[in-house]
Amino acid sequence: MEVKIYLPLSSPTVGAIGKTGLWRVFKPVIDQEKCTKCLQCWLFCPDASIKRAEDDSVSVDYEYCKGCGICSDVCPVGAIEMVKEG
Amino acid sequence: MMTVKKLSREELLLPGHAACPGCGAMIALRTMLKTLGRRTILVIPACCTSVIQALVPKTSIGVPVLNIAFAASGAAASGVVEALEKLRRKDINVVVWAGDGGTADIGIQALSGAAERKNNIIYICYDNEAYMNTGIQRSGATPYGAWTTTTPIKGKTEFKKDMPMIMAAHGIPYVATASAGFPLDFANKLLKASKLKGLKYIHLLAPCPTGWRYDSKLTVRLGRLAVWTWMWPLFEVEHGVFKLTLKPKPRPVKEFLEPQGRFRRMTPEEIELLQKWVDQRRELLLKMDGARLFPQA
Amino acid sequence: MGEWKIITGNRAAAEAAKLARVQVVAAYPITPQTTIVEYIAHMVESGELDAKYIRVESEHSAMAACIGAASVGARAFTATSSHGLLLMHEMLHWAVGARLPIVMAVVNRSLGPPWNIHSEHQDAISQRDTGWLISFASDPQEVLDSIIILYKVCETHGVYLPGFVSLDAFVLSHTSMPVDIPPQEDVDRFLPPYKPRHYLIDVENPKTYGNIAFPDRYMELRWSIQRGQELAAQKIKEYTREYAKAFGRDYQGLVEHYKTEDARHLLVTAGAMASEARIAVDKLRDEGVKAGLLKIRFYRPFPREDIEKVVEDIESITVIDRNISFGMGGAMATDLTAVLYDMGKSITLGRFIAGLGGRDVTFEHMAQMVKHTLKAHHSGEKLPPAVWFGLREW
Repeated sequence: MEVKIYLPLSSPTVGAIGKTGLWRVFKPVIDQEKCTKCLQCWLFCPDASIKRAEDDSVSVDYEYCKGCGICSDVCPVGAIEMVKEG
Repeated sequence: MMTVKKLSREELLLPGHAACPGCGAMIALRTMLKTLGRRTILVIPACCTSVIQALVPKTSIGVPVLNIAFAASGAAASGVVEALEKLRRKDINVVVWAGDGGTADIGIQALSGAAERKNNIIYICYDNEAYMNTGIQRSGATPYGAWTTTTPIKGKTEFKKDMPMIMAAHGIPYVATASAGFPLDFANKLLKASKLKGLKYIHLLAPCPTGWRYDSKLTVRLGRLAVWTWMWPLFEVEHGVFKLTLKPKPRPVKEFLEPQGRFRRMTPEEIELLQKWVDQRRELLLKMDGARLFPQA
Repeated sequence: MGEWKIITGNRAAAEAAKLARVQVVAAYPITPQTTIVEYIAHMVESGELDAKYIRVESEHSAMAACIGAASVGARAFTATSSHGLLLMHEMLHWAVGARLPIVMAVVNRSLGPPWNIHSEHQDAISQRDTGWLISFASDPQEVLDSIIILYKVCETHGVYLPGFVSLDAFVLSHTSMPVDIPPQEDVDRFLPPYKPRHYLIDVENPKTYGNIAFPDRYMELRWSIQRGQELAAQKIKEYTREYAKAFGRDYQGLVEHYKTEDARHLLVTAGAMASEARIAVDKLRDEGVKAGLLKIRFYRPFPREDIEKVVEDIESITVIDRNISFGMGGAMATDLTAVLYDMGKSITLGRFIAGLGGRDVTFEHMAQMVKHTLKAHHSGEKLPPAVWFGLREW
């Protein structure tokens, strides 16, 4: 006899708790002209929401960025500005 | 040496998890998973990360996770390690990822047992200095003077429990402190730990905007100020030998306390008392730098 | 046929763990369980048993270590008693929620204060609602056989629940009797290696186990555990039959019958007392009472169907509980009463609390209790839900 068994088991999923970008009050805006590709913003993002491209240029994943402002604070050249969400 | 360029591009902490904005622990978890990679099993007792993973049937963590009861992580990890060895599954990092309550308070017995047994575990205490997941209650790791919901008026009247030294006294091969303000230092310490046999203990300070009452953008700055003020010195105890990782020119503890709402109630006298304690500890640590504290096991 | 040895219940438990080829053993001492983990330590250090032996620092950790080991696919074993079992309680629930087929030997001992190391079933009964399969053995042979059978039941797909075998402190744990130790190859045939079909912690297939499940998911997980218990009831019957065929010892399933076919007055009890109860039945029959014994082997899953079948022509039942659910009565009597209510049966019930703290319960005492019930049966007197047998003046 086959018995179905339920387990408290979860699969890795991007956006497991939802689109956390909706939590944001301020959004980081990167000035690509100023960016030196030092990757500090990528290193310190608690939400894995700074995307690192092949050439180490960076962009923000606005679907999940919660707008904490850490990237802006750690940027050594002031290339990331926190802008109030419209 | 780990550098930011060398750090893996693979994200094993997935975006869209449930941590508060600016969570210091998530900076560290992400760094840890990038450093140790896919062949890692996490054992997680009750803590913020129990919630951060998200709800069944989804998870934000890309390596296998065994969630376990609050007091049990050290023992459960022992079981995992021994079973893997018996089943001849090799080259897997078994990592406990536990909060400060789950380490310094309710979990200390199981941790101590696993350390004394030399079970091959990397134990990471991510320390946000209170029971943050239940809403900011005092733990053994809460620092002197800090407001919590269970020290609501007077603040904590005792000093922080010295977990790293307690663990070093177990004669384990590796103990280190780390900070979410220095993720590459943490990565290097993890690499060192992953090459040693026995229980390796890394105690990581994880600034918490929600519980420490500060603007979420300051997480990294506070993680660094803790080190620069000697509130949270970075060191290693490798095979019994103590070594300071950084010896920064001491900045007043006030610089660390001021941005945080949890210290707002401290009187000048209390701050002075804390400064004296920190100074005294710094002098002791500087004297110990390079010295053997415990016999080689 | 295996090898006959004169051994204690504790030695039998250790031999069973070895025959089951357990892979990880987590051990912490507590009287009167200690010799089980001592025997196993010797087996592991001498190379007789190829297992990892974790000398944990508490019973809470013993069960946590078993959970860790079982969650990556190892067959795990531990043993405990009394306060050790109580300290484990949280992790007992965890092992069930995680659906891990850990097997344990529990030496039944009284609870403090005051300290008392003698037999009582309060420790085991206190784990009633954890979801563990809970069984009681009546002699060292049954201890050995039950552990082997239990692994097979627990590891069945769809059951995936932990289980423990109880043995009374000293009366079984430290009393030697002849035990037939079956040949390893026969046990291997009966109990194949643990190869779970449900998910285990595995770096090749990363999943998170046991994160949060809220009301929309939680209830189904609990239902699935209940289904596991129901399936276990079937499998216990099936595998005890299979075991009887292979090894010649028939434990009949969730309960064991002794002279129940033509009985009118049933004695119900568990553990070491159930051995003694056979003598009580014989004595009562000598005196003209048509007595029979229903030995409760499994308290969880509770043998509802077996009770329904056996009480058909029964006029009175005497239940002897070596435990007390304070504020109500004996745990087994309470469950049995519920079954009878569902059947609409009106049978005279004598529900006795006896033998607490290891106080001796002889066959003569048991016969007295049955007669107490019979008296009420004939007079129509209604007995209270719990009759304390043999209370003394302090």
